[in-house]
Amino acid sequence: MVDILVYAIVGSSLLYATWALVAVVRNQNPREPFVIGAGVVELLLLVQMVVAFVVMIVDDGPSDAALFISYLLFTVLLLPVALFWALAEKSRWGTSVLVFAALVVPALVVRLQDIWDGAPGV
Amino acid sequence: MSEQSLSGDRDPEGERVTRTSGPGRLLVAVYAVFAVAATARALYQILTKFDDAPTAYLLSAFAAAVYVVATVALSRSGAASWRIALTAVVVEMVGVLVVGTITVTDVVDFPADTVWSDYGRGYGFVPLVLPVFGLLWLRRTKARP
Repeated sequence: MVDILVYAIVGSSLLYATWALVAVVRNQNPREPFVIGAGVVELLLLVQMVVAFVVMIVDDGPSDAALFISYLLFTVLLLPVALFWALAEKSRWGTSVLVFAALVVPALVVRLQDIWDGAPGV
Repeated sequence: MSEQSLSGDRDPEGERVTRTSGPGRLLVAVYAVFAVAATARALYQILTKFDDAPTAYLLSAFAAAVYVVATVALSRSGAASWRIALTAVVVEMVGVLVVGTITVTDVVDFPADTVWSDYGRGYGFVPLVLPVFGLLWLRRTKARP
C-alpha cells in the first residue's frame, strides 16, 4: 500500500469525524457539506482500492489476499452506506452516524495496512 | 429499511418513537457494523482454519449471529421485534461478560480471538458498552399498548 495515501485517508477521515462531531454538539442535521466531505474521503479510499488492485496484479500483494480484499470492500462501502443511513435522520443523531463511520474508517485502513504487511490473520 | 425511516422523517413533531429514529439511528448503525464485521470474521476463521480452534470459531459465529439478529430486530418496529431485540441484547451482554472474563483470567485456554475476547478490547471495548446502550434504548422505545 502507498503510505502517503494511508496518511491522507486517516488524516482526512479524523478531520471529518471532528467536524461532524462539532455539528453533533451544535445540534445540526447532516447537511450537504457533510456529503461533500464524505465524498472527499471516499474518493481517497477508491484511489487506494485501485492502487491496491494494481499493485496486487502487477507486483506482489498481501499473502492473505482474500482477507485483504474483504476488508478493502468493507472499507469502500462503509461511508456510502453510512451516508445513506445518516441522511434519512434529520437530527443530530443522523450526523452522529457520520462521526461513527468516520472513526471506523481509520481503524479499517490501519488493519488493511497490517494485513498488507503480513500481520497474522484474525 | 428506508421506507420506514423516510416516513418517520416527515413527522415534524418528532413524536413518533421508532426504534431507528433519534439515538436509535446511531445504535442501529453501530450494531450493523458489528454484525458485518463479526460475520466476515467468523466466516474467514471457519473457512480458512476451522481445525485450529473449533470452539473459538464457533463462538465467533455465534457472536456474529447475535449481532445480526440484534441489528435486524432493532431496526424493525413492533412488539415482537422488541422482544427479539431484547433477547439478543441480553445474550450479547452475557456473552461479552462471560467470554471477556474467561479470556482475561485465562481459566480456560482460549486459543483464538473473538469479538468478545478481553471484553472486546480489539474493538475499542465497544462490544462491552454497546449492550448497555441497547438495553437503555429498548427501555425507552418499549411499545405502549
